[in-house]
Amino acid sequence: MQTIELVNLDAIAEARRQIEICNACRYCESYCAVFPAVHSKRAFSDGDIQQLSNLCHNCRGCYYACQYTAPHEFGLNLPKALAEVRQESWESHARPGAIAKIFHRSGTALSLFVVLAAALLVWLIQVAPKSSGEGFYSLMSHNAMVLLFVPAFTLPILLILLSLRGYWQTIGGEPVRWRHVVGAFGSIAKMKNLSGGHGDGCNFEAEDAFSNSRRRYHQATMYGFLLCFAATSVATLMHYGLEMSAPYGIFSLPKLLGIPGGVLLSIGTLGLASLKLKADRELADARVWGGEMAFVLLLFVVSTSGLALYFLRETRLLNELLSLHLGAVLALFLLMPFSKMVHGFFRLAALIRDEQCKA
Amino acid sequence: MVDPRANYDVIVVGGGNAALCAAISAAEAGARTLILEGAPKAYRGGNSRHTRNFRCMHGEPMAVLTDSYGEQEYFEDLMKVTQGNTDEKLAKLAIRSSQECYAWMVEHGVRFQPSLSGTLSLSRTNAFFMGGGKALVNAYYRTAQNLGVDVLYEAHVTHLEREGDRIVSIDVEHQGQQHCLVSKAVVVASGGFQADVDWLADAWGPAAKNFLIRGTPYNRGVVLKDLIGQELESVGDPTQCHAVAIDGRAPKFDGGIVTRLDCVPFSVVVNKEGLRFYDEGEDVWPKRYAIWGRLVAAQPDQVGYVIIDSKSLELFMPSVFPPIKADTLEELAGKLGLPATRLQQTINEFNNACTEGRFHPTELDGLATQGLMPPKSNWARPIDTPPYYGYTLRTGVTFTYLGLKVDESAQVQGRTGPMKNLWAAGEIMAGSILGQGYLAGFGMTIGTVFGRIAGREAARYANN
Repeated sequence: MQTIELVNLDAIAEARRQIEICNACRYCESYCAVFPAVHSKRAFSDGDIQQLSNLCHNCRGCYYACQYTAPHEFGLNLPKALAEVRQESWESHARPGAIAKIFHRSGTALSLFVVLAAALLVWLIQVAPKSSGEGFYSLMSHNAMVLLFVPAFTLPILLILLSLRGYWQTIGGEPVRWRHVVGAFGSIAKMKNLSGGHGDGCNFEAEDAFSNSRRRYHQATMYGFLLCFAATSVATLMHYGLEMSAPYGIFSLPKLLGIPGGVLLSIGTLGLASLKLKADRELADARVWGGEMAFVLLLFVVSTSGLALYFLRETRLLNELLSLHLGAVLALFLLMPFSKMVHGFFRLAALIRDEQCKA
Repeated sequence: MVDPRANYDVIVVGGGNAALCAAISAAEAGARTLILEGAPKAYRGGNSRHTRNFRCMHGEPMAVLTDSYGEQEYFEDLMKVTQGNTDEKLAKLAIRSSQECYAWMVEHGVRFQPSLSGTLSLSRTNAFFMGGGKALVNAYYRTAQNLGVDVLYEAHVTHLEREGDRIVSIDVEHQGQQHCLVSKAVVVASGGFQADVDWLADAWGPAAKNFLIRGTPYNRGVVLKDLIGQELESVGDPTQCHAVAIDGRAPKFDGGIVTRLDCVPFSVVVNKEGLRFYDEGEDVWPKRYAIWGRLVAAQPDQVGYVIIDSKSLELFMPSVFPPIKADTLEELAGKLGLPATRLQQTINEFNNACTEGRFHPTELDGLATQGLMPPKSNWARPIDTPPYYGYTLRTGVTFTYLGLKVDESAQVQGRTGPMKNLWAAGEIMAGSILGQGYLAGFGMTIGTVFGRIAGREAARYANN
């Protein structure tokens, strides 16, 4: 019997109290996936509450529509209650959890980690073998990069898979079928749960005014990130499979994917950061505001330094930019299991589970 | 901050659905408009905050509404619940106008959703607001403010000064200061008086002190009383109100939808003496919950006790408070404060009167008791499978029916003719149409239809 680390029961108990009020009301049924999932049950286990928390995308539509928010004695603030459970579900399922707690909650710790990673790269570039190739491989050979980044990517992914396994057991997930995955990716592709149900969007940055800004910036961030990731993957395949090594021309596949990806990621993250400054912190988990902001900015640094590296590759800044970019990427990879990055994996799992429950 | 010396064309007293529809309509007709809302911003919107749909006529499937719901059927439904106690002209005006309200509401920011889970019976007649009434109220405030309407919260209107057939000024207390505001036209849409428990007690007797008020604590009827006191025509009976049976543990005010209890048809209901007093299975609950408000009000201490067993626990919508649970009836009686022997006896008599037959929770199944007084006509199954569960029931008042008399242009009537510059909309005039009884979602229909008329007419007067 595997022991499952318990999420803070106070946060779960509070979310359960609120969810039971929601289940007696039901006015928010069409906003997002959370409410139909609530209304299909009468009692909520700890696992159920964690699942609901990961279905919630913090659009806040339910908060502004709620007739029971403070000062009403029922004191509902479902976006906050679910954000706190969600946060604790990520931290408690992470291995090791203590590290997750640090980087989720402290923007300073996350930033320091990035600086250290960049410094490490400055040093590595000095000592690493150079290749005779052009561009940045003249500073650090492709093999050296692979030696560094393959484990820096795969080990964190393994840790995330481990924590997802814990989550899946906690929520009582069943064997996954193809249609569950299709349904879940369909929701993600359109960020359906940030549409507000009516398509007018969230109540995120200007109280009860609906706006699709967050949805669009999030899409830019997500698709930008995926394009960048695809660019890197394609480049690796070209390097090993076709023996075509960088630098690639502007009309090559890595660049056709990477440049728009980098631009989207930069715009998306900048937009998300600016919305985050305007949004009410008390409708989310205020404890992790700093860690989340630092994470968004880290993504911004990754994308803009990558773009800068391309456009300024002929200048004397190449060395510094390469250190910064590779350092930021290294930090991003290493922190994946311990930062906001996990939200994507948990949301995907929650949406797949939701498809199972709907079936 | 609003300048009390500013010249408004139209001042709207109240801040719920009817007031907002009036203010938006007045502003769109070019009137400089001010809303005086008595509640603080967090509680703005009156009883509309707690609503969830409006009843809408339609000839064919329309957006979220299924099938059709014609004028005749709508009117017959109204005649049934009011037993003819309505103003036919005004009622038909509200019904006929309800269809075009749907598009108007969408244009002004309201979003609709299919009828909620557990409310399938309303999917044909009632259009549900996405997010409920507070989302509607939020959308209207945004629309109004974008149209340049000023809003003053915590503005307590104490008196409308009448000179002949005109209102000449409005006394309002705001942040401890008295102001006297003047406008060309006035719309009153400040609701009923249900939150003034003393007034309720005057009409109902001291029993009313034990009533719970389901909606806003801000509808105290100050403006209504002031205007009736100035010899404006009133309609409706002060003892008539929409009262339903709700969970006895609900807060005194503002408990709203989540305090309803839908388990009565599957239960035995006793009073504090442990005795049954009415047929729990007379009809489906949506047709009976309003009757139970009055039934409970007539019992000692205005309280009832619902007893069910584990067979029925999951047959009804969950409510906000978990039931009291016990392994024996004796223990349950102890926890509820009921006389144990009497309760046991009542349940035994009931169980012995139950007959064999098919039980069907969602339709009238005819599974009735035999030789029991009062009988239980449907869903009569013995209460015999522990654990047992109990809820207390109290009377929850939604709104009162005493109101101002208006004509088809929502103009308030004096003894000798209409008031030239005073209009009324919403619960403050709904008594014209709802003399008694209630039709789900009709309050919002009346508020929307007459709010729009009142705003338009007030602006027309002010513009001339």
